[in-house]
Amino acid sequence: MPFPPDVLARHGVTAEEFAKIVQLLGREPNLTELGIFSVMWSEHCSYKSSRVHLKNLPTEGPRVLQGPGENAGIIDIGDGWACAFKIESHNHPSYVEPFQGAATGVGGILRDIFTMGARPIAIMDSLRFGDPHQGTERERARTHAVIQGVVGGVAHYGNCFGVANVGGETRFDPCYAGNPLVNAFALGIARHDGLFFGKATGLGNPVIYVGSKTGRDGIHGATMASEEFSEASEAKRPNVQVGDPFLEKLLLEACLEAMQTGAIVGIQDMGAAGLTCSSCEMGGRAATGIDLDLDAVPQRETGMTAYEMMLSESQERMLLVAERGREEEVFAVFRKWGLDAVTVGAVTDTSRLRVTHCGSLVADIPNSALTDEAPIYRRPVGELKRIEPLQPPVDLTDRLAGRDWNADLLALLASPNLASKHWVYEQYDTMVRTNTLEAPGGDAGVVRIKGTNKALAMALDGNGRYCRLEPREGARLAVAEAARNVACVGAVPAAATNCLNFGNPEKPEIMAQLVAAIAGIREACTVLETPITGGNVSLYNETLGQGIDPTPVLGVVGILELAPGVPVVSSRWKAAGRPILLVSGAPQLSLEEAAQRFGSSEFATTMLGQCWGLPPALDLAREKALHQFLAAAVAQGWLESAHDVSEGGLAVCLVECALSRAIQAADDPAFGAQIEVAQGPAVTLFDETASRVVLSCLPEQVAALSALGRQYNLEVMRLGETGGERLTVRVNGATALDLSLTALDAAWSPALEQQLEGVPV
Amino acid sequence: MKIGVVVFPGSNCDHDALHAAGALAGQEAVALWHDSSDLQGVDAVVIPGGFSFGDYLRTGAIARFSPVVDSLKRFAAQGNPVLGICNGFQILCECGLLPGALMRNAGLRYICKPVHIRVDSTDTPFTQAAVPGQILRVPIAHGEGNYTADAATLAELERDHRIVFRYCTPTGAITAEANPNGSVANIAGICNAGRNVVGLMPHPERASEAMLGSADGFVVFRSLIEALAASPR
Repeated sequence: MPFPPDVLARHGVTAEEFAKIVQLLGREPNLTELGIFSVMWSEHCSYKSSRVHLKNLPTEGPRVLQGPGENAGIIDIGDGWACAFKIESHNHPSYVEPFQGAATGVGGILRDIFTMGARPIAIMDSLRFGDPHQGTERERARTHAVIQGVVGGVAHYGNCFGVANVGGETRFDPCYAGNPLVNAFALGIARHDGLFFGKATGLGNPVIYVGSKTGRDGIHGATMASEEFSEASEAKRPNVQVGDPFLEKLLLEACLEAMQTGAIVGIQDMGAAGLTCSSCEMGGRAATGIDLDLDAVPQRETGMTAYEMMLSESQERMLLVAERGREEEVFAVFRKWGLDAVTVGAVTDTSRLRVTHCGSLVADIPNSALTDEAPIYRRPVGELKRIEPLQPPVDLTDRLAGRDWNADLLALLASPNLASKHWVYEQYDTMVRTNTLEAPGGDAGVVRIKGTNKALAMALDGNGRYCRLEPREGARLAVAEAARNVACVGAVPAAATNCLNFGNPEKPEIMAQLVAAIAGIREACTVLETPITGGNVSLYNETLGQGIDPTPVLGVVGILELAPGVPVVSSRWKAAGRPILLVSGAPQLSLEEAAQRFGSSEFATTMLGQCWGLPPALDLAREKALHQFLAAAVAQGWLESAHDVSEGGLAVCLVECALSRAIQAADDPAFGAQIEVAQGPAVTLFDETASRVVLSCLPEQVAALSALGRQYNLEVMRLGETGGERLTVRVNGATALDLSLTALDAAWSPALEQQLEGVPV
Repeated sequence: MKIGVVVFPGSNCDHDALHAAGALAGQEAVALWHDSSDLQGVDAVVIPGGFSFGDYLRTGAIARFSPVVDSLKRFAAQGNPVLGICNGFQILCECGLLPGALMRNAGLRYICKPVHIRVDSTDTPFTQAAVPGQILRVPIAHGEGNYTADAATLAELERDHRIVFRYCTPTGAITAEANPNGSVANIAGICNAGRNVVGLMPHPERASEAMLGSADGFVVFRSLIEALAASPR
């Protein structure tokens, strides 16, 4: 073969894959073609390790207009409106260059949305970092730099582009120190008749390149995202793209305006694998071919080779196909916005991607060889490896005896995972476009659709620790929590998107995690009727052989009908003297099983320094009933607040009900509460059993809510009443917690900022 | 009444201003493209927030070269009402319609959150419907809102009561804690000597509907409509 093994290795192409390339082409590829194959067959673009398993996800439902396979999934939200949304990872670039890596992650997902003709109206982000307290001084400094860079990058791109950031999650665990996770979600809306797809239809139609010029940045980004990190990865910084949100804003406005002309027949953004991916996928979907003339491509640098142009991942570029003869209508719009728009090729009937440069044919590949014929691996699926013990420590009872629960709660509230995240989300524009009804800091983000009585609720959730202990159950819990968060504001969960973050799939135990997690998502999405409309898989999240916890992140979108003049139900208590109820669809557990499940809690890890057992128990049918209960209760106007019990358990949930600063209500009066519960305090206060929501309501609604609970076979317990300036919790008649709101706030609100900014405590 | 909202490349609160002036205030609201010097016969102009020209070089520094700005200067010189919100305030300072400059926030970070501002002058077309000393809860969303000016300018602004809004506590006290960005004298907004050009960093258009958390900011648009109704056409 003409390529020495090290050239193939640098392209991440195995000897077997090379043989398949030769077979598909009927000859040996040249270097440009090898480069094209290497990116299209990379894990990032081809999903070669996960494809056979992803097929098991439920993708259909009455609302689904577009499932996986396009730039984003689309659902029908009624009244002629459609909603496009998707989540995508940008993990690898964000470790190499945190600011630009995160920024271009946001940029990429936004393009995926507006390429469908939908105007982005909300973004969220799910971020995971190393523990800011752990490691050597150097490691801590690196973690802090990654956190500040990633948050700054998300803020920079979204703020300038002008899209509201309405939520997400920020979590910390040592396993993410060398592999931070940056999963960006975006959502947009369009009229049904205003949707566009990535299809190159119409023989002879011009293929038009619009947006930013092509440079040498990001070459082989997709390949980098498909391998483990080593010390040499720092040298890959030039592989990270550089984003310009201003240009993307212009591209958005120009694309939406150009779509209005009616001259555009298909459009796709240039993301991973840039020109290559967009051209062969658009041809592939329409069963056509595309001829590209690289001499016409706008270039930022001189002397670029065909190889470099085809593999460049320069940001803020789009490829579109227009109706022949109407090019000028498209060009005029892009001229107005000061953007390049040039014809770089034409649609053919060859079903091939043919690329010419300087007058000669430099690549000639059947589209199917790059897409459908890409390798599919049935990688060996091994046994799950359990690191932590299944049984609780033998001295658990002793260690839980005689504790100062007040001190424990204050310490938990100040821990990075449970501390208020306002340091993060106050750096994001959460309100631009004046649609935000519920901003970060609550259960779900909620945006209204102007001119209708509809709103969309959305949430992102995942828990790596749960999935490490039992990936199938952990994945089910991620779906359930995201859907529950959406249900807490009264919305009906409608569809989901997933981002599967895992380690090296060539290790059988990692494949076992992936397969189990997909099975869990399948179960939960089926029961909760939230089909997966798209998403992304990020594998090889390992540095020096140290992998991350399996971390599927689920995004759920729900539809909310607004009642005129009635505010969206939020997590915060609104007034004194209101009954506090706990509605629960949680399974009944024996004391032994409760102790086993307690090992996955934040309390166990943070306060006991140990992790064991299994994730919280979950009964999906009753979880679904809980969502129906919430939708009915909100529709009746019976709820003043609703907040689900999750990480940190009931105690932390109650604190958040008292203090959460849903952004619009930052200085509304806060109310304490007096709570009375039974059972042992540790499990009662800090256990994370799923399917539970804390509600508050007017006294006269208690009977109706109890009856509604019975109707859905849920337990409704009265916990106590709001009021006063303290949070008091009595367990079995004895005071377990008694803290002033001031003390709780002092522990919870400033903790993250102090940890990250080094403000003296 | 016809209210124009200038759209620069990178403006991203233009729709919000159009919505507040149009759907909420019930006026005819039109977008004015930066590349045209035609103000389309509007009665007032709003320069919205955003990142005009990507904030390249300096916030507002490039926008001032757009053709619309020359028309705007003539429009303002004739005493017509001009409101700059956030990036609009920065542009008004850059093009000389308002004195002073907006520096990077003291905390060096972009901040988006609701704050309180006190109306310290009701003698402008954008505050005349407010009560002197009225406290408004209105969001900020900026990285460069730290207002500064030389001592002589500040003295003049104070003397002529041209400091229109100041950051304050929920009860109206002007304190360092209530100042989110390090602005001198807690300045959130000012007006020109003619009092018809007002710039402020907070976003009244984002606080013009109760369902968004506050309708306090709508007084700015209500004032404008009253002022235009009272002024000779």
